[in-house]
Amino acid sequence: MNAKRIDKIARYAIQTMVAIVALILLALLSYILINGLPNASIDFIFKPSEAIKAGGGIRDQLFNSIYLLVLSMVISLPLALGAGIYLAEFAPNNWLTRLVKTLIEILSSLPSIVVGLFIYLLVVIKWQVGFSILSGAIALTVFNLPLLTSSIQNAFEAVDHKQLEAGLALGMSPWKTIKGVILPITVPSVVMAIILASGRIFGEAAALIYTSGQSAPRLDYGNLNPFSPTSPLNVMRPAETLAVHIWKLNTEGLTADSDAVSAAASAVLIIVVLLFNLMAHYLGNKLERKLTGKK
Amino acid sequence: MKKTKIALLLILLLVPFLGACSHNKNQLTIVGSTALQPLAEEAGYQYGIKHNVTINVQGGGTGTGLSQVSEKAVNIGNSDLFAQQKQGIDSKKLLDYKVAVVGIAVITNSTSGVKNVTMDQLRNIFAGKITNWKQVGGKDLPIVLIHRSKGSGTRFTFEQDVMHGQPVAGGQEQDSNGSVQKIVAATPGAISYLAFAYANKKNLVKLEIDGVKPTKANVTNNNWKIWSYEHMYLNKKANNQLAKKFINYIESPKIQTSIIEELGYISIHQMKVSKDINGKVHQLKGE
Amino acid sequence: MKAKAKNQLLKASKATKENVIGQVITFLCATIIVTLTLAIIFFVASRGIRAFVVDHISLGQFLTGSEWNPGTKNAQGQPIAGSLPMIIGSFGVTLLAALIATPFSLAIGIYMTEYASKRMRRLIQPMIELFTGVPSVVYGFTGLMVIVPITRKLFGGTGFGILPGALVLFVMILPTITSMVVDTLQRIPVSFRQAALALGATKWQSIYLIVLRASIPGILTAIIFGMARAFGEALAVQMVIGNSPLLPTNLVSPTATLTSQLTSQIGNTIMNSVENDALWALALVLLLMSLVFNLVAKWIGKRGELK
Repeated sequence: MNAKRIDKIARYAIQTMVAIVALILLALLSYILINGLPNASIDFIFKPSEAIKAGGGIRDQLFNSIYLLVLSMVISLPLALGAGIYLAEFAPNNWLTRLVKTLIEILSSLPSIVVGLFIYLLVVIKWQVGFSILSGAIALTVFNLPLLTSSIQNAFEAVDHKQLEAGLALGMSPWKTIKGVILPITVPSVVMAIILASGRIFGEAAALIYTSGQSAPRLDYGNLNPFSPTSPLNVMRPAETLAVHIWKLNTEGLTADSDAVSAAASAVLIIVVLLFNLMAHYLGNKLERKLTGKK
Repeated sequence: MKKTKIALLLILLLVPFLGACSHNKNQLTIVGSTALQPLAEEAGYQYGIKHNVTINVQGGGTGTGLSQVSEKAVNIGNSDLFAQQKQGIDSKKLLDYKVAVVGIAVITNSTSGVKNVTMDQLRNIFAGKITNWKQVGGKDLPIVLIHRSKGSGTRFTFEQDVMHGQPVAGGQEQDSNGSVQKIVAATPGAISYLAFAYANKKNLVKLEIDGVKPTKANVTNNNWKIWSYEHMYLNKKANNQLAKKFINYIESPKIQTSIIEELGYISIHQMKVSKDINGKVHQLKGE
Repeated sequence: MKAKAKNQLLKASKATKENVIGQVITFLCATIIVTLTLAIIFFVASRGIRAFVVDHISLGQFLTGSEWNPGTKNAQGQPIAGSLPMIIGSFGVTLLAALIATPFSLAIGIYMTEYASKRMRRLIQPMIELFTGVPSVVYGFTGLMVIVPITRKLFGGTGFGILPGALVLFVMILPTITSMVVDTLQRIPVSFRQAALALGATKWQSIYLIVLRASIPGILTAIIFGMARAFGEALAVQMVIGNSPLLPTNLVSPTATLTSQLTSQIGNTIMNSVENDALWALALVLLLMSLVFNLVAKWIGKRGELK
């Protein structure tokens, strides 16, 4: 067989595999949407949930999911960026650094319930933070740090060393080169890591059951005082996210229409994730263009 | 200019965290059994509005509820079991309130072709001695056992009331009523047990045992033998008045005839019998 | 005047100061993460080791036994806690899922970076990433309704087992691996490909010999994180694997994974009881297994790396 033929075969094989995955994903997507959308409506998104009666919505759960995402990103992104940069650029290249990297990587294989219980015992009970969005955000931070840190570290390591050398040759300090030259190059990778991490935040249930809790006190959206327990901005209130709500409906839900609400909530969730991903890609592209001057 | 912007942003982000310092005195935290959660949540919501308090109800499982209330980490621990039935809990530290009764139905996938079994047959099915539905008058189909997870209150009650100490055969274990319901409905030949409220679903058949139907009325006089209490536990030392008032509210006729009924539980006031920690049943006086 | 000039020359410049501050801040971030990691590992290890030291579960029996019932004791007075079925279950689903997902992820990655138009890429990427956000419960029930009946028809029995578990996990870890693979492939400089093509290589040769080889470390990290996700997944696997701690006889006989046992039982156990400690021991085994996987993956990567 000559190289040209192999080239052709490889091309077809790759296209077939992509097509198979596309079919699986499309089937799954339409399964979720077809089951869910007939039960969803604008009204469904904007009314509170019901524990027993039929006809509940997902207003608070949806808000909680998004708020929790923002909070945990505010905590974890700077940490992961800092740690990733340090490990890639400043840390000596020795066994200790490699050990740290391995430890961080194996941390991400822990079942989410273990991370949830750890935060529960330490933060919720011992530090008396209680069931709260804050505890949930800390749990999700722990949970996402490995993937974020590792991706960022890899992205920095992959940048051609000449870039750093060029910066240094121009008399820039290493830090300035990292900030001004290397960081902008890594923007797409950072965006990718953020999207993967947020997907897990949107979809996670087990880690949140013990931390941000699985019941949502009804919120008063007119109340913007962050100290009030009914204020949506209060980070010390317990908060059930959309994924936890879906989990609850499927496991112990006694709501009259739990199947319909769960299907509709899944459909809404997947649309929200899609919108978020598109937005993240768009903003990432824009940021990259602005920082690197690329067209 | 840029720095002021960043500083402003930081302050805005920090404000919510400052909320951490405020602690509400009028607050109850209830943790434990997921089965009891819908009841506590709905009652807590109604009570909270009436008395302007915040009642925070979380799941986590019976073990978590009992552990945490013993350590005074939470105000009330929800449990599907008597604290004495759980190893490692000092039940003397706790006050027991029985707030509802839950009947447990035996359900099969509709393919089994069986509607009625005897108690002995049921025991032999779960002990692994009867392995095909045709042995109890059904179709020629292997029996698939689905258990609740080890340590679950429903499983404990089922084993106490049906198995009488005989070990159960190995099989699938699922940790919630919802999962059991869905798996039995989807698996030909499957059998399991569920709280009454979950047992009405397409593809599920509720078995009669010795000709007795799983109904609430049959539970109140123990004709249907598989049932248990739902408990709320308080820590004796904590002496929390709000928690006591809330439990009184749940035990009041108002809740017992409304939410309890709607959720498929049986009111404690309707019971003509009582059950002790060893599973022994006693007639209640005055009936 | 002289003193001032000297002072100015010797004083650290603004850039140097920034450099130091930057280093200190990033070092602090790294320290926080390392502390967190060590704290969790210590937490899991200390509870897991309790099972052997305080509760006297025998280590040999724990690793080779196939009966899981830590609440009761055997003839020697040791709690019966054999985790072999769960170890095999976890190992089986994770490895199988990674084996299926990796070629597909590579194919998508190559397609997106080497063949697809920019427009196509912009369409596919968010679609794939979408599936990280689907809650595990939804995957679990979809698997129960769709995959289990198919395996039941094809292979008989109840249809529950490692195979449906691996198939569900395949879809769940695909977005993670694919996204990270795409990210890695995109970082390979165009000059590498041009050099290969200029030497007369076909497109496939340039991909296979140059691009893939150069991206091995990144691809490995992708697979490691994919496997980690598979290891840690409980709610979805639990619905389709049959969740019973029995030794699997084939790919469609019910068994359990470490994570599914842990997650489904831990809420029912009392802190510091034998049952609770035994479950933490499962978590410890999971960490150690994940460490082994990680090291093996890196070792394989070293051998294939572009020198």
